[in-house]
Amino acid sequence: MKNYLSNIWVTAKTVTIGMIITFKHLFTRSVTQQYTSEELPEERWKSSIVPDGVLQDRSRMRLHVKIEDCIGCKQCEKVCPVDCITITTEKREKTEAPLFAADGTAIKQKVVQFDIDMSLCCYCQLCVYPCPTECIVMTPEFEFAETLKSNFLYRFAKEKPAPPEPPKEEVAEPVAAGGS
Amino acid sequence: MALKRPALEATISNALSALVVGGAAGAVVVIALIPMIAGLIRDGLAARLTPTMTSVASIAIGVGATVFLITQLPIFLIWLERKIAAHIQDRLGPMRVGWHGVLQSFADGLKLLFKEDIIVDGADKFLFKLAPFLTIMGAFAAFAVLPWGEGLVISNLNIGLLYAIAITSLGAIGILMAGWASNNKYALYGGMRSAAQMVSYEIPTAIVILSVVVQVGSLNLSDVIAAQQGGVGGVTNWFIFRLYGLNVIGFILFFICGLAETNRNPFDIPEAESELVAGFHTEYSGMRFAFFFLAEYGAMFFVAALTAVLFLGGWSGPFFSGPLVLFVKTLALVFVQMWLRWTLPRLRVDQLMALCWKYLIPISFVVLIAAAIDGVVGS
Repeated sequence: MKNYLSNIWVTAKTVTIGMIITFKHLFTRSVTQQYTSEELPEERWKSSIVPDGVLQDRSRMRLHVKIEDCIGCKQCEKVCPVDCITITTEKREKTEAPLFAADGTAIKQKVVQFDIDMSLCCYCQLCVYPCPTECIVMTPEFEFAETLKSNFLYRFAKEKPAPPEPPKEEVAEPVAAGGS
Repeated sequence: MALKRPALEATISNALSALVVGGAAGAVVVIALIPMIAGLIRDGLAARLTPTMTSVASIAIGVGATVFLITQLPIFLIWLERKIAAHIQDRLGPMRVGWHGVLQSFADGLKLLFKEDIIVDGADKFLFKLAPFLTIMGAFAAFAVLPWGEGLVISNLNIGLLYAIAITSLGAIGILMAGWASNNKYALYGGMRSAAQMVSYEIPTAIVILSVVVQVGSLNLSDVIAAQQGGVGGVTNWFIFRLYGLNVIGFILFFICGLAETNRNPFDIPEAESELVAGFHTEYSGMRFAFFFLAEYGAMFFVAALTAVLFLGGWSGPFFSGPLVLFVKTLALVFVQMWLRWTLPRLRVDQLMALCWKYLIPISFVVLIAAAIDGVVGS
Protein backbone atom coordinates (compact mmCIF):
# COMPACT_ATOMS: atom_id res chain seq x y z
CA MET A 1 0.00 0.00 0.00
CA LYS A 2 2.84 2.32 0.85
CA ASN A 3 4.44 1.49 -2.50
CA TYR A 4 1.12 2.07 -4.25
CA LEU A 5 0.70 5.54 -2.80
CA SER A 6 4.31 6.50 -3.40
CA ASN A 7 3.92 5.43 -7.04
CA ILE A 8 0.99 7.82 -7.41
CA TRP A 9 2.94 10.59 -5.70
CA VAL A 10 6.03 10.07 -7.85
CA THR A 11 3.92 10.03 -11.02
CA ALA A 12 2.17 13.26 -10.13
CA LYS A 13 5.44 14.90 -9.11
CA THR A 14 7.44 13.90 -12.17
CA VAL A 15 4.66 14.78 -14.59
CA THR A 16 4.37 18.20 -12.95
CA ILE A 17 8.11 18.79 -13.15
CA GLY A 18 8.15 17.74 -16.80
CA MET A 19 5.24 19.99 -17.63
CA ILE A 20 6.89 22.95 -15.92
CA ILE A 21 10.05 22.37 -17.94
CA THR A 22 8.22 22.13 -21.25
CA PHE A 23 6.13 25.18 -20.38
CA LYS A 24 9.29 27.19 -19.82
CA HIS A 25 10.63 26.05 -23.16
CA LEU A 26 7.42 27.19 -24.84
CA PHE A 27 8.54 30.76 -24.21
CA THR A 28 12.29 30.49 -24.69
CA ARG A 29 13.78 31.89 -27.85
CA SER A 30 13.95 29.42 -30.71
CA VAL A 31 17.41 28.40 -31.79
CA THR A 32 16.28 27.99 -35.40
CA GLN A 33 17.83 30.28 -37.95
CA GLN A 34 15.60 30.63 -40.97
CA TYR A 35 17.32 29.57 -44.15
CA THR A 36 16.39 32.55 -46.21
CA SER A 37 13.96 35.32 -45.93
CA GLU A 38 12.72 35.63 -49.46
CA GLU A 39 11.83 39.31 -49.14
CA LEU A 40 15.34 40.31 -48.11
CA PRO A 41 18.24 40.85 -50.50
CA GLU A 42 20.82 38.11 -50.56
CA GLU A 43 23.49 39.87 -48.49
CA ARG A 44 21.07 40.57 -45.67
CA TRP A 45 19.66 37.08 -45.26
CA LYS A 46 23.11 35.61 -45.52
CA SER A 47 24.30 37.79 -42.70
CA SER A 48 21.25 36.78 -40.71
CA ILE A 49 22.18 33.12 -41.06
CA VAL A 50 25.85 33.67 -40.43
CA PRO A 51 25.82 36.53 -37.92
CA ASP A 52 28.28 39.28 -38.77
CA GLY A 53 29.57 37.13 -41.60
CA VAL A 54 31.38 34.93 -39.08
CA LEU A 55 30.81 31.22 -39.25
CA GLN A 56 29.25 29.38 -36.39
CA ASP A 57 31.67 27.33 -34.34
CA ARG A 58 32.65 24.16 -36.17
CA SER A 59 30.40 24.76 -39.15
CA ARG A 60 31.87 23.15 -42.25
CA MET A 61 31.11 24.24 -45.78
CA ARG A 62 32.86 24.54 -49.13
CA LEU A 63 36.64 24.07 -49.20
CA HIS A 64 38.93 26.72 -50.53
CA VAL A 65 42.69 26.56 -51.18
CA LYS A 66 44.89 29.62 -51.04
CA ILE A 67 47.07 28.15 -53.72
CA GLU A 68 49.88 30.70 -53.42
CA ASP A 69 50.54 29.42 -49.85
CA CYS A 70 50.44 25.72 -50.74
CA ILE A 71 53.82 24.00 -50.34
CA GLY A 72 52.65 20.80 -51.99
CA CYS A 73 53.18 18.56 -48.96
CA LYS A 74 50.12 16.42 -49.91
CA GLN A 75 49.14 15.90 -46.28
CA CYS A 76 45.54 16.88 -47.04
CA GLU A 77 45.43 14.41 -49.89
CA LYS A 78 46.64 11.58 -47.64
CA VAL A 79 44.28 12.34 -44.78
CA CYS A 80 41.16 12.72 -46.92
CA PRO A 81 38.89 9.76 -46.07
CA VAL A 82 36.99 9.92 -49.37
CA ASP A 83 39.95 10.76 -51.62
CA CYS A 84 38.38 13.85 -53.09
CA ILE A 85 41.67 15.78 -53.25
CA THR A 86 44.11 15.15 -56.08
CA ILE A 87 47.50 16.88 -56.01
CA THR A 88 50.34 16.68 -58.50
CA THR A 89 53.59 18.49 -57.82
CA GLU A 90 56.78 19.11 -59.67
CA LYS A 91 60.10 19.96 -58.17
CA ARG A 92 61.07 23.59 -58.48
CA GLU A 93 64.37 24.20 -60.18
CA LYS A 94 67.16 25.67 -58.01
CA THR A 95 67.56 28.39 -60.59
CA GLU A 96 64.05 29.73 -60.06
CA ALA A 97 63.51 32.61 -57.66
CA PRO A 98 62.85 31.39 -54.07
CA LEU A 99 59.18 31.44 -53.08
CA PHE A 100 57.77 31.62 -49.58
CA ALA A 101 54.30 30.96 -48.15
CA ALA A 102 52.58 33.62 -46.05
CA ASP A 103 54.04 32.15 -42.83
CA GLY A 104 57.56 32.04 -44.24
CA THR A 105 57.75 28.37 -45.20
CA ALA A 106 59.86 27.90 -48.29
CA ILE A 107 57.90 26.49 -51.24
CA LYS A 108 60.01 23.80 -52.83
CA GLN A 109 57.30 22.12 -54.88
CA LYS A 110 55.44 23.47 -57.83
CA VAL A 111 51.75 22.55 -57.44
CA VAL A 112 50.58 21.87 -60.94
CA GLN A 113 47.33 20.16 -60.03
CA PHE A 114 45.17 20.73 -56.97
CA ASP A 115 41.68 19.39 -57.62
CA ILE A 116 38.95 19.00 -55.05
CA ASP A 117 35.82 17.13 -56.04
CA MET A 118 33.17 18.74 -53.84
CA SER A 119 30.62 16.14 -54.89
CA LEU A 120 32.73 13.58 -53.00
CA CYS A 121 33.69 15.80 -50.09
CA CYS A 122 32.17 14.71 -46.78
CA TYR A 123 32.90 17.99 -44.99
CA CYS A 124 34.90 16.27 -42.24
CA GLN A 125 37.44 19.10 -42.18
CA LEU A 126 40.24 16.56 -41.59
CA CYS A 127 42.26 18.12 -44.41
CA VAL A 128 42.24 21.50 -42.68
CA TYR A 129 44.01 20.40 -39.50
CA PRO A 130 47.29 18.97 -40.86
CA CYS A 131 47.99 21.79 -43.35
CA PRO A 132 51.29 23.37 -42.20
CA THR A 133 50.65 26.71 -43.91
CA GLU A 134 46.89 26.81 -43.27
CA CYS A 135 46.18 27.24 -46.92
CA ILE A 136 43.21 24.83 -47.15
CA VAL A 137 40.21 26.21 -45.34
CA MET A 138 36.46 25.82 -45.00
CA THR A 139 34.66 28.88 -46.33
CA PRO A 140 31.23 30.20 -45.29
CA GLU A 141 30.02 29.40 -48.79
CA PHE A 142 27.21 26.86 -48.53
CA GLU A 143 25.13 27.39 -51.64
CA PHE A 144 26.95 25.89 -54.58
CA ALA A 145 24.45 23.60 -56.22
CA GLU A 146 25.30 22.77 -59.81
CA THR A 147 23.44 21.29 -62.72
CA LEU A 148 26.46 19.32 -63.94
CA LYS A 149 28.34 16.93 -61.74
CA SER A 150 31.60 17.91 -63.43
CA ASN A 151 31.15 21.46 -62.15
CA PHE A 152 31.83 20.19 -58.63
CA LEU A 153 35.44 19.61 -59.57
CA TYR A 154 37.22 22.68 -58.30
CA ARG A 155 40.67 23.26 -59.82
CA PHE A 156 42.86 25.46 -57.67
CA ALA A 157 46.30 25.05 -59.30
CA LYS A 158 47.61 28.12 -61.11
CA GLU A 159 50.96 26.74 -62.30
CA LYS A 160 50.83 24.92 -65.60
CA PRO A 161 52.44 21.50 -65.64
CA ALA A 162 55.79 21.58 -67.41
CA PRO A 163 55.44 20.72 -71.10
CA PRO A 164 56.33 17.13 -71.84
CA GLU A 165 59.98 16.64 -72.73
CA PRO A 166 60.22 17.33 -76.45
CA PRO A 167 61.39 14.44 -78.57
CA LYS A 168 65.05 14.57 -79.50
CA GLU A 169 64.50 15.07 -83.23
CA GLU A 170 62.49 18.20 -82.51
CA VAL A 171 65.30 19.54 -80.32
CA ALA A 172 67.75 18.94 -83.07
CA GLU A 173 65.71 20.83 -85.64
CA PRO A 174 66.16 24.39 -84.29
CA VAL A 175 69.88 23.75 -84.09
CA ALA A 176 69.85 22.76 -87.70
CA ALA A 177 67.82 25.84 -88.50
CA GLY A 178 70.28 28.02 -86.63
CA GLY A 179 73.16 26.52 -88.54
CA SER A 180 71.73 27.36 -91.93
CA MET B 1 21.15 31.92 -54.80
CA ALA B 2 18.23 33.37 -52.96
CA LEU B 3 14.99 32.60 -54.66
CA LYS B 4 13.10 35.79 -55.30
CA ARG B 5 9.49 35.11 -54.61
CA PRO B 6 7.29 36.55 -57.33
CA ALA B 7 5.39 39.60 -56.15
CA LEU B 8 2.04 38.08 -57.12
CA GLU B 9 2.70 34.96 -55.09
CA ALA B 10 3.67 37.03 -52.05
CA THR B 11 0.54 39.13 -52.41
CA ILE B 12 -1.69 36.07 -52.68
CA SER B 13 0.01 34.50 -49.68
CA ASN B 14 -0.40 37.63 -47.58
CA ALA B 15 -4.01 38.03 -48.63
CA LEU B 16 -4.83 34.40 -47.79
CA SER B 17 -3.08 34.72 -44.43
CA ALA B 18 -5.07 37.82 -43.64
CA LEU B 19 -8.21 36.00 -44.72
CA VAL B 20 -7.49 33.03 -42.44
CA VAL B 21 -6.52 35.12 -39.42
CA GLY B 22 -9.50 37.40 -40.00
CA GLY B 23 -11.71 34.37 -40.48
CA ALA B 24 -10.56 32.93 -37.14
CA ALA B 25 -11.28 36.24 -35.41
CA GLY B 26 -14.64 36.40 -37.19
CA ALA B 27 -15.40 32.84 -36.10
CA VAL B 28 -14.83 33.81 -32.47
CA VAL B 29 -17.26 36.70 -32.86
CA VAL B 30 -19.79 34.45 -34.56
CA ILE B 31 -19.43 31.88 -31.78
CA ALA B 32 -20.00 34.61 -29.22
CA LEU B 33 -23.13 35.72 -31.05
CA ILE B 34 -24.52 32.22 -31.68
CA PRO B 35 -27.37 32.51 -29.12
CA MET B 36 -28.61 35.68 -30.80
CA ILE B 37 -28.23 34.28 -34.33
CA ALA B 38 -29.91 31.03 -33.34
CA GLY B 39 -32.78 32.93 -31.75
CA LEU B 40 -33.28 35.01 -34.88
CA ILE B 41 -33.20 31.94 -37.13
CA ARG B 42 -35.62 30.08 -34.85
CA ASP B 43 -38.07 32.98 -34.82
CA GLY B 44 -37.76 33.43 -38.55
CA LEU B 45 -38.41 29.73 -39.16
CA ALA B 46 -41.28 29.57 -36.70
CA ALA B 47 -43.02 32.44 -38.50
CA ARG B 48 -42.84 30.70 -41.85
CA LEU B 49 -43.03 26.96 -41.21
CA THR B 50 -45.11 24.47 -39.29
CA PRO B 51 -43.71 23.46 -35.86
CA THR B 52 -42.52 20.06 -37.13
CA MET B 53 -40.76 21.62 -40.08
CA THR B 54 -39.24 24.25 -37.77
CA SER B 55 -37.65 21.64 -35.54
CA VAL B 56 -36.42 19.65 -38.54
CA ALA B 57 -34.96 22.78 -40.13
CA SER B 58 -33.29 23.98 -36.91
CA ILE B 59 -31.73 20.54 -36.40
CA ALA B 60 -30.46 20.64 -40.00
CA ILE B 61 -28.96 24.09 -39.47
CA GLY B 62 -27.41 22.97 -36.19
CA VAL B 63 -25.90 19.90 -37.86
CA GLY B 64 -24.58 22.04 -40.70
CA ALA B 65 -22.99 24.55 -38.33
CA THR B 66 -21.45 21.81 -36.19
CA VAL B 67 -20.11 19.93 -39.19
CA PHE B 68 -18.62 23.17 -40.49
CA LEU B 69 -17.01 23.84 -37.11
CA ILE B 70 -15.57 20.38 -36.60
CA THR B 71 -14.22 20.07 -40.12
CA GLN B 72 -12.58 23.50 -40.02
CA LEU B 73 -11.39 23.35 -36.44
CA PRO B 74 -8.86 20.51 -36.93
CA ILE B 75 -7.14 22.64 -39.56
CA PHE B 76 -6.51 25.26 -36.89
CA LEU B 77 -5.73 22.67 -34.21
CA ILE B 78 -3.14 20.92 -36.39
CA TRP B 79 -1.39 24.23 -37.00
CA LEU B 80 -1.59 25.01 -33.27
CA GLU B 81 -0.19 21.62 -32.35
CA ARG B 82 2.73 21.99 -34.74
CA LYS B 83 3.51 25.44 -33.40
CA ILE B 84 3.29 24.30 -29.77
CA ALA B 85 5.42 21.25 -30.48
CA ALA B 86 8.01 23.38 -32.25
CA HIS B 87 8.22 26.03 -29.57
CA ILE B 88 8.44 23.45 -26.77
CA GLN B 89 11.41 22.01 -28.64
CA ASP B 90 12.88 25.50 -29.20
CA ARG B 91 12.08 25.37 -32.90
CA LEU B 92 9.92 27.66 -34.99
CA GLY B 93 7.63 25.18 -36.73
CA PRO B 94 5.85 26.01 -39.96
CA MET B 95 6.89 29.51 -41.01
CA ARG B 96 6.73 29.55 -44.79
CA VAL B 97 3.17 29.11 -45.94
CA GLY B 98 1.41 32.32 -45.01
CA TRP B 99 1.90 34.40 -41.88
CA HIS B 100 3.73 32.16 -39.38
CA GLY B 101 2.56 29.16 -41.38
CA VAL B 102 -1.19 29.64 -40.87
CA LEU B 103 -1.84 28.31 -44.36
CA GLN B 104 0.29 25.19 -43.81
CA SER B 105 -2.67 23.00 -42.89
CA PHE B 106 -4.56 24.16 -45.98
CA ALA B 107 -1.57 23.34 -48.13
CA ASP B 108 -1.30 19.90 -46.51
CA GLY B 109 -5.01 19.31 -46.93
CA LEU B 110 -4.78 20.23 -50.60
CA LYS B 111 -1.84 17.88 -51.00
CA LEU B 112 -3.76 15.04 -49.36
CA LEU B 113 -6.72 15.70 -51.68
CA PHE B 114 -4.53 15.31 -54.73
CA LYS B 115 -2.72 12.23 -53.49
CA GLU B 116 -3.46 8.85 -54.92
CA ASP B 117 -5.85 6.80 -52.83
CA ILE B 118 -3.89 3.57 -52.59
CA ILE B 119 -5.65 0.40 -51.56
CA VAL B 120 -3.18 -2.42 -51.05
CA ASP B 121 -3.71 -5.68 -52.91
CA GLY B 122 -3.98 -7.92 -49.88
CA ALA B 123 -6.41 -5.64 -48.07
CA ASP B 124 -9.97 -6.50 -47.22
CA LYS B 125 -11.26 -3.85 -49.60
CA PHE B 126 -14.69 -3.26 -48.08
CA LEU B 127 -13.48 -2.95 -44.49
CA PHE B 128 -10.46 -0.93 -45.60
CA LYS B 129 -12.73 1.64 -47.25
CA LEU B 130 -15.25 1.63 -44.41
CA ALA B 131 -12.83 2.06 -41.49
CA PRO B 132 -11.95 5.78 -41.85
CA PHE B 133 -15.61 6.70 -42.15
CA LEU B 134 -16.49 4.76 -39.01
CA THR B 135 -13.70 6.48 -37.11
CA ILE B 136 -14.66 9.95 -38.27
CA MET B 137 -18.31 9.17 -37.61
CA GLY B 138 -17.52 8.11 -34.06
CA ALA B 139 -15.67 11.33 -33.45
CA PHE B 140 -18.14 13.69 -35.07
CA ALA B 141 -21.50 12.14 -34.20
CA ALA B 142 -20.68 12.68 -30.55
CA PHE B 143 -21.07 16.44 -31.05
CA ALA B 144 -24.83 15.90 -31.40
CA VAL B 145 -25.36 15.92 -27.64
CA LEU B 146 -22.88 18.66 -26.78
CA PRO B 147 -24.76 21.68 -25.41
CA TRP B 148 -23.31 24.97 -26.61
CA GLY B 149 -25.65 27.20 -24.69
CA GLU B 150 -29.15 27.58 -23.28
CA GLY B 151 -31.19 25.33 -25.60
CA LEU B 152 -28.34 25.24 -28.10
CA VAL B 153 -27.99 21.53 -28.57
CA ILE B 154 -28.66 19.55 -31.71
CA SER B 155 -30.28 16.66 -29.89
CA ASN B 156 -31.25 17.16 -26.26
CA LEU B 157 -31.11 13.46 -25.42
CA ASN B 158 -32.02 12.44 -21.90
CA ILE B 159 -29.39 9.72 -22.15
CA GLY B 160 -26.80 12.11 -23.62
CA LEU B 161 -23.85 10.87 -21.57
CA LEU B 162 -24.59 7.24 -22.37
CA TYR B 163 -24.78 8.17 -26.05
CA ALA B 164 -21.45 10.03 -25.81
CA ILE B 165 -19.70 7.03 -24.22
CA ALA B 166 -21.17 4.67 -26.79
CA ILE B 167 -20.53 6.73 -29.91
CA THR B 168 -16.94 7.67 -29.06
CA SER B 169 -16.14 3.97 -28.64
CA LEU B 170 -17.09 3.53 -32.29
CA GLY B 171 -13.80 5.17 -33.22
CA ALA B 172 -11.90 2.30 -31.65
CA ILE B 173 -13.86 -0.15 -33.84
CA GLY B 174 -12.85 1.87 -36.89
CA ILE B 175 -9.23 1.72 -35.81
CA LEU B 176 -9.38 -2.03 -35.18
CA MET B 177 -11.09 -2.45 -38.55
CA ALA B 178 -8.40 -0.39 -40.29
CA GLY B 179 -5.68 -2.41 -38.60
CA TRP B 180 -7.24 -5.72 -39.60
CA ALA B 181 -8.21 -4.77 -43.16
CA SER B 182 -4.78 -3.35 -44.02
CA ASN B 183 -3.25 -6.84 -44.04
CA ASN B 184 -0.10 -5.37 -42.56
CA LYS B 185 1.61 -6.56 -39.41
CA TYR B 186 2.19 -3.06 -38.07
CA ALA B 187 -1.36 -2.01 -38.75
CA LEU B 188 -2.68 -5.16 -37.09
CA TYR B 189 -0.52 -4.53 -34.03
CA GLY B 190 -1.88 -1.00 -33.89
CA GLY B 191 -5.44 -2.20 -34.14
CA MET B 192 -4.94 -4.86 -31.47
CA ARG B 193 -3.34 -2.36 -29.15
CA SER B 194 -6.23 0.00 -29.73
CA ALA B 195 -8.69 -2.73 -28.78
CA ALA B 196 -6.71 -3.53 -25.63
CA GLN B 197 -6.60 0.16 -24.78
CA MET B 198 -10.32 0.59 -25.34
CA VAL B 199 -11.16 -2.36 -23.10
CA SER B 200 -9.11 -0.77 -20.34
CA TYR B 201 -10.09 2.85 -20.67
CA GLU B 202 -13.81 2.69 -21.21
CA ILE B 203 -14.23 1.37 -17.66
CA PRO B 204 -12.68 4.25 -15.66
CA THR B 205 -14.22 6.75 -18.11
CA ALA B 206 -17.66 5.33 -17.46
CA ILE B 207 -17.14 5.19 -13.71
CA VAL B 208 -15.96 8.80 -13.51
CA ILE B 209 -18.93 9.87 -15.63
CA LEU B 210 -21.15 7.87 -13.28
CA SER B 211 -19.76 9.77 -10.30
CA VAL B 212 -20.90 12.98 -11.97
CA VAL B 213 -24.24 11.44 -12.89
CA VAL B 214 -24.74 10.46 -9.25
CA GLN B 215 -24.21 14.07 -8.23
CA VAL B 216 -26.54 15.45 -10.90
CA GLY B 217 -29.16 12.73 -10.98
CA SER B 218 -29.47 12.91 -14.76
CA LEU B 219 -27.71 11.66 -17.88
CA ASN B 220 -28.72 14.74 -19.82
CA LEU B 221 -25.77 17.03 -20.51
CA SER B 222 -27.95 20.14 -20.30
CA ASP B 223 -28.98 19.07 -16.80
CA VAL B 224 -25.32 18.55 -15.90
CA ILE B 225 -24.62 22.17 -16.81
CA ALA B 226 -27.79 23.41 -15.12
CA ALA B 227 -26.59 21.76 -11.91
CA GLN B 228 -23.34 23.74 -12.08
CA GLN B 229 -24.81 27.21 -12.44
CA GLY B 230 -24.87 29.79 -9.69
CA GLY B 231 -22.50 29.85 -6.73
CA VAL B 232 -19.95 32.50 -5.86
CA GLY B 233 -18.96 34.32 -9.06
CA GLY B 234 -20.64 31.61 -11.11
CA VAL B 235 -17.61 29.41 -10.52
CA THR B 236 -17.85 27.65 -7.17
CA ASN B 237 -20.70 25.43 -8.27
CA TRP B 238 -18.58 23.76 -10.94
CA PHE B 239 -18.20 20.07 -10.18
CA ILE B 240 -14.45 20.33 -9.96
CA PHE B 241 -14.85 22.37 -6.76
CA ARG B 242 -17.46 20.11 -5.19
CA LEU B 243 -17.41 16.89 -3.18
CA TYR B 244 -14.62 18.01 -0.81
CA GLY B 245 -12.01 18.16 -3.55
CA LEU B 246 -12.55 14.55 -4.62
CA ASN B 247 -13.92 15.76 -7.94
CA VAL B 248 -10.52 17.20 -8.76
CA ILE B 249 -9.29 13.62 -8.76
CA GLY B 250 -12.27 12.67 -10.92
CA PHE B 251 -11.43 15.51 -13.31
CA ILE B 252 -7.80 14.37 -13.63
CA LEU B 253 -8.87 10.76 -14.13
CA PHE B 254 -11.35 11.77 -16.82
CA PHE B 255 -8.73 13.87 -18.53
CA ILE B 256 -6.27 10.94 -18.54
CA CYS B 257 -8.95 8.61 -19.88
CA GLY B 258 -9.78 11.17 -22.53
CA LEU B 259 -6.17 11.15 -23.65
CA ALA B 260 -6.30 7.36 -23.90
CA GLU B 261 -9.59 7.43 -25.75
CA THR B 262 -8.30 9.81 -28.42
CA ASN B 263 -4.99 7.92 -28.75
CA ARG B 264 -2.97 10.93 -27.69
CA ASN B 265 0.39 10.83 -26.00
CA PRO B 266 1.33 9.29 -23.65
CA PHE B 267 -1.26 6.72 -24.74
CA ASP B 268 -0.70 6.77 -28.50
CA ILE B 269 0.33 3.14 -28.57
CA PRO B 270 -1.99 2.26 -31.51
CA GLU B 271 -0.03 4.74 -33.63
CA ALA B 272 3.38 4.55 -31.95
CA GLU B 273 5.28 5.92 -34.93
CA SER B 274 8.65 4.90 -33.48
CA GLU B 275 7.56 1.29 -33.04
CA LEU B 276 4.81 0.55 -35.54
CA VAL B 277 5.65 2.82 -38.51
CA ALA B 278 2.28 4.55 -38.29
CA GLY B 279 0.21 1.91 -36.54
CA PHE B 280 -3.29 1.38 -37.82
CA HIS B 281 -3.05 3.95 -40.62
CA THR B 282 0.22 2.62 -42.07
CA GLU B 283 -1.42 1.64 -45.36
CA TYR B 284 -3.69 4.65 -45.69
CA SER B 285 -2.97 7.54 -47.98
CA GLY B 286 -4.69 10.56 -49.41
CA MET B 287 -8.12 11.52 -48.17
CA ARG B 288 -8.66 8.35 -46.16
CA PHE B 289 -5.58 9.18 -44.13
CA ALA B 290 -6.85 12.74 -43.76
CA PHE B 291 -10.09 11.34 -42.33
CA PHE B 292 -8.16 9.56 -39.58
CA PHE B 293 -6.34 12.78 -38.91
CA LEU B 294 -9.54 14.81 -38.77
CA ALA B 295 -11.12 12.18 -36.54
CA GLU B 296 -8.24 12.39 -34.08
CA TYR B 297 -8.51 16.15 -33.74
CA GLY B 298 -12.30 16.07 -33.71
CA ALA B 299 -12.22 13.48 -30.93
CA MET B 300 -9.67 15.56 -29.03
CA PHE B 301 -11.95 18.56 -29.20
CA PHE B 302 -14.99 16.56 -28.16
CA VAL B 303 -13.29 14.93 -25.19
CA ALA B 304 -11.99 18.32 -24.04
CA ALA B 305 -15.46 19.79 -24.45
CA LEU B 306 -17.01 16.90 -22.53
CA THR B 307 -14.47 17.41 -19.73
CA ALA B 308 -15.39 21.09 -19.65
CA VAL B 309 -19.09 20.24 -19.53
CA LEU B 310 -18.76 17.64 -16.81
CA PHE B 311 -16.35 19.43 -14.49
CA LEU B 312 -15.86 23.04 -15.53
CA GLY B 313 -19.42 24.24 -15.88
CA GLY B 314 -19.75 23.92 -19.65
CA TRP B 315 -21.06 27.12 -21.20
CA SER B 316 -21.71 28.85 -17.88
CA GLY B 317 -18.92 31.21 -16.99
CA PRO B 318 -18.00 33.68 -14.27
CA PHE B 319 -18.74 36.87 -16.23
CA PHE B 320 -21.01 35.80 -19.04
CA SER B 321 -22.34 32.55 -20.40
CA GLY B 322 -22.55 31.23 -23.90
CA PRO B 323 -20.86 29.15 -26.55
CA LEU B 324 -17.69 31.24 -26.39
CA VAL B 325 -17.13 30.26 -22.74
CA LEU B 326 -17.32 26.56 -23.60
CA PHE B 327 -15.11 27.17 -26.61
CA VAL B 328 -12.41 28.89 -24.54
CA LYS B 329 -12.50 26.23 -21.84
CA THR B 330 -12.27 23.49 -24.46
CA LEU B 331 -9.37 25.13 -26.25
CA ALA B 332 -7.55 25.50 -22.92
CA LEU B 333 -7.98 21.77 -22.27
CA VAL B 334 -6.88 20.97 -25.83
CA PHE B 335 -3.79 23.05 -25.17
CA VAL B 336 -3.05 20.94 -22.08
CA GLN B 337 -3.48 17.80 -24.18
CA MET B 338 -0.92 19.09 -26.67
CA TRP B 339 1.38 20.28 -23.92
CA LEU B 340 1.30 16.81 -22.32
CA ARG B 341 1.98 15.18 -25.66
CA TRP B 342 5.29 17.00 -25.98
CA THR B 343 6.22 16.39 -22.35
CA LEU B 344 5.65 12.71 -21.70
CA PRO B 345 7.13 9.65 -23.38
CA ARG B 346 4.85 6.90 -24.64
CA LEU B 347 3.78 4.21 -22.21
CA ARG B 348 4.45 0.56 -22.91
CA VAL B 349 1.39 -1.66 -23.37
CA ASP B 350 1.88 -3.39 -20.03
CA GLN B 351 2.51 -0.08 -18.26
CA LEU B 352 -0.70 1.22 -19.78
CA MET B 353 -2.62 -1.79 -18.52
CA ALA B 354 -1.06 -1.45 -15.07
CA LEU B 355 -1.92 2.25 -14.93
CA CYS B 356 -5.49 1.52 -15.90
CA TRP B 357 -6.35 -1.57 -13.89
CA LYS B 358 -4.23 -0.92 -10.81
CA TYR B 359 -4.61 2.83 -10.45
CA LEU B 360 -7.36 4.47 -12.49
CA ILE B 361 -10.16 1.97 -11.88
CA PRO B 362 -9.73 1.68 -8.07
CA ILE B 363 -9.36 5.45 -7.67
CA SER B 364 -12.37 6.13 -9.87
CA PHE B 365 -14.38 3.71 -7.73
CA VAL B 366 -13.34 5.63 -4.62
CA VAL B 367 -14.62 8.84 -6.23
CA LEU B 368 -17.88 7.14 -7.28
CA ILE B 369 -18.50 5.67 -3.80
CA ALA B 370 -17.72 9.01 -2.16
CA ALA B 371 -20.17 10.73 -4.52
CA ALA B 372 -22.82 8.10 -3.75
CA ILE B 373 -22.36 8.38 0.04
CA ASP B 374 -22.43 12.15 -0.20
CA GLY B 375 -25.63 11.95 -2.22
CA VAL B 376 -27.32 9.61 0.27
CA VAL B 377 -26.19 11.60 3.34
CA GLY B 378 -27.03 14.91 1.73
CA SER B 379 -30.58 14.05 0.74
